[in-house]
Order: sequence, then structure tokens, then C-alpha cells
Amino acid sequence: MNVRVRSFTPGALAALIGCLAVTGVQADEVQVAVAANFTAPIQAIASEFEKDTGHKLIAAYGATGQFYTQIKNGAPFEVFLAADDSTPEKLEKEGDIVPGSRFTYAIGTLALWSAKDGYVDDAGKVLEKNQFKHLSIANPKAAPYGLAATQVLAKLGLTDKVKDKIVEGQNITQAYQFVSTGNAELGFVALSQIFKDGKVSHGSAWIIPETMHDPIKQDAVILKKGENNPAAKALTEYLKGPKAEAIIKSYGYQL
Amino acid sequence: MTLSSADFAAIWLTLKLASLTTVILLLIGTPIALWLAHTRSRLRGPIGAIVALPLVLPPTVIGFYLLLAMGPHGYVGQFTQAIGLGTLTFSFAGLVIGSVIYSMPFVVQPLQNAFTAIGPRPLEVAATLRANPWDTFFSVVLPLARPGFITAAILGFAHTVGEFGVVLMIGGNIPEKTRVVSVQIYDHVEALEYAQAHWLAGAMLVFSFLVLLALYSSRKSQASWS
Repeated sequence: MNVRVRSFTPGALAALIGCLAVTGVQADEVQVAVAANFTAPIQAIASEFEKDTGHKLIAAYGATGQFYTQIKNGAPFEVFLAADDSTPEKLEKEGDIVPGSRFTYAIGTLALWSAKDGYVDDAGKVLEKNQFKHLSIANPKAAPYGLAATQVLAKLGLTDKVKDKIVEGQNITQAYQFVSTGNAELGFVALSQIFKDGKVSHGSAWIIPETMHDPIKQDAVILKKGENNPAAKALTEYLKGPKAEAIIKSYGYQL
Repeated sequence: MTLSSADFAAIWLTLKLASLTTVILLLIGTPIALWLAHTRSRLRGPIGAIVALPLVLPPTVIGFYLLLAMGPHGYVGQFTQAIGLGTLTFSFAGLVIGSVIYSMPFVVQPLQNAFTAIGPRPLEVAATLRANPWDTFFSVVLPLARPGFITAAILGFAHTVGEFGVVLMIGGNIPEKTRVVSVQIYDHVEALEYAQAHWLAGAMLVFSFLVLLALYSSRKSQASWS
């Protein structure tokens, strides 16, 4: 056994070094800050991306405002998939991104959702009936889906009526969580959170017409830290490609 | 730029929450601490461990379980609905319950240390003088354990003021009901309102320092408090 290992080692070592050298050139890791609402789609995209390109995607999920603060303070993110277009634009103006790398990767769809079947009708009449105790939304100051929710309420003329019933999640994930645990009867969530394979997967929902609020454009950028990382460039290209587009649409986003 | 009315509402709410929590904790923490200090029961270990749990658990764990338990499908939620209180999530009462659990060890442990330090001897002397248990508690234990009570009250109050994760999970960020200072600061940072965040955060820093200064200064002057 010993002998065999010894005689085998030099060749294996050379092969190993060869492998490392090759992968060192071709496969890189890319650190991505991902808006909470895009958690499920990016996981689906990541496995395809890793399969197709050999690069590895390391994702952190969170609120866009928080990511902005972290990026300004030296966070190691190389690509940023934001929940809005204003934060990436701000970073662009402040010179924190690779020039020309900003593009819209998805347009979000808002949904009024309840975990209970049949609770939300497909025209949102449940809001006017006003028989619920808590209506969950994402923090409108920080989350674009929250802002869109307040715009919808304003358009329906219900802002004052439901004011005392609104509970705020810090981001769209928490807004969803309040509804999914039944603590709020209904709430405004991202369609991507409740949409699977082209339909609402559980509970009842009203998919809000896009005319009722400003478009929720979600922009992506390559940050300065990712300037020389080929995997960062590869990821943004991949996001623009047909495979990613199909996945993104399957979660209820528009493009 | 100074503090807005929303900031003052958050400060007032936080002080109200911390005061109420402290009072409740002193009331229920005292018998627990007395029992822990004097019992020889086999349950002493498990109960002590349960009381200490919030020291090591991330607040998000406590908040998450409270969100499930106090929700309409949880045991607590079903109980409160059955007695006509509705659910406690997104309410001030819910925050008080969360804070009591969260700050429990910060009140019970100083009290327990104080009671242990007194030892059985003064209690036995009181008993030989025919003092009943209530009499013993108010005339002997309470004065002797006073520094322990002060420490417990200060720590319970300050720790509740500093609470964030639990409130975030069960509060729902409702102005004047569940939006406390720590959440308000988080909101400001999220919305990139750094100036307002600075004002509140600075105030918290000064407050926390003064509380600890008071605590450590009093500790120096009283050699044997707990």
C-alpha cells in the first residue's frame, strides 16, 4: 500500500496542481448582495449559473437600504441586485460601481395576499370591506414594495381608513412572515414570494395591476470590488440571458 | 436638525415599556430569585437554566417563537383569543410580555445573588424572634438586599431599552404602540436618514453610559451588594 501511494504521488500531485491552475483561471467566486424579494429566484438561477459557467455564487439576502450602508462602509460585495432602481443609481452617482454596469434585471409585481384560501378576492374588495384586524406591508420608507403598497392604498382612497390596521415589516420578507404566520390576516407582498410555476401556490391573492403604482424596477450593478472579477461580469451577463429570464418570469416578475 | 415628533414618540414609548417591564419583573422576579437562592429542590438547576436562557439565545429566536406562540394558531394566541383579548402580536401588551421574558435574567440573577449573600442566618434569627415570613421579608431581606434590587432594576430597565430583535419580530413597527427607539434608529438607517439616526443613536449611547456609570459608581461605594 505504502509503495503504491509513493509511486503514485508525483503524478497525482502534478495532476492536482494542473487542476488547481486551470480552475484558478476559469472558476471564480462572486459575492452577491441580493434583495430579500429575489431570494427564491436567485437560488434557482445560481444552480444553473454554477452548472453552466463553473463560477460559484455566494449570496447574502437583505434589505436594500441596509446593503447600501454596508457597501458604503466596505462590504465585500461584488454584484448588487437591489429591490429598487434608486439605490443603484445613487451608488452609480457616487462612483461606487463599474461604469455602465447598471441594468434592470426584473420588474416586481405586488400582490395582496392572505394565507387563508378564499380570503382575498381577485379585485381587492376585501380591502374596502375592511373587516380585518391587521394589514401587513413592508416599511415604505425603505422597501419599494412597501412604497408601492401605500400608493395602491392611496389610489383606492383607503389610506386613512386602514391607517390604524397597518403593521410594518422591516422588509418584504417580514411583511410576508406576518401574513404567513396568520398574525396579519392579509398583506402586500411580492408576487415572487407566493408564485411558483406560473400560479399563486398557496392562500388567496389579488395580483395588483401595475397601473396602480409606480413600477418596481429592480436594478443590478457590478460594484467596484467586482471590477476585476470575471465571475461578476459573467453573472450580470447570465442574468440578461434567456435561461435566467425564464426563471425570473416564472416567479411572477416582468421584464 | 433635531429629534422629530416621531422620535419623541418612540422615546416615550420605550421609557413606558422599560418602566412597566421593570416593575413587573421585580414583582415576579423576587419570588423566583428567593426560591432559587434558598431551595434544595432538584428543579433548581432546570428553572435556573430556563431563567438564564435569554442571556444566550439570539433575540430573533425568542421573537420568532413568540410570533408563532402569540399568533392565532399558537397556544398563547388561542388562549388570549378564547378569553376575548384577541392576539397579542403587534400590541404594546405583547411587547411587555416579550420584554419580561427577554430581560428576566437581568433582574432575577442580581436578586438571587443578593439573597444568597444574605445567607440563612439572618432569616433564622428573625424566625427565633417570631417574625412571620412576610415580616422577615420586609424587615430583614428587603433592606439587606437593597443594593441587589437597585442593580436588578437598573439592569432590567436598561436591557429593555436596548431591546431590538424581539420587538422587530413581534412589533410590526406601529407608531406609539410598538415603534421603540431601537427600531426607529434602524428605520432611519434603512431609509438612509443618517442625521436623524445619529441624533437618536447618540442619545442612546449617552443614556447607556450614564446608566452604567451610575451602576458602577454605586458598586464602588457599596462593598457588599451582591
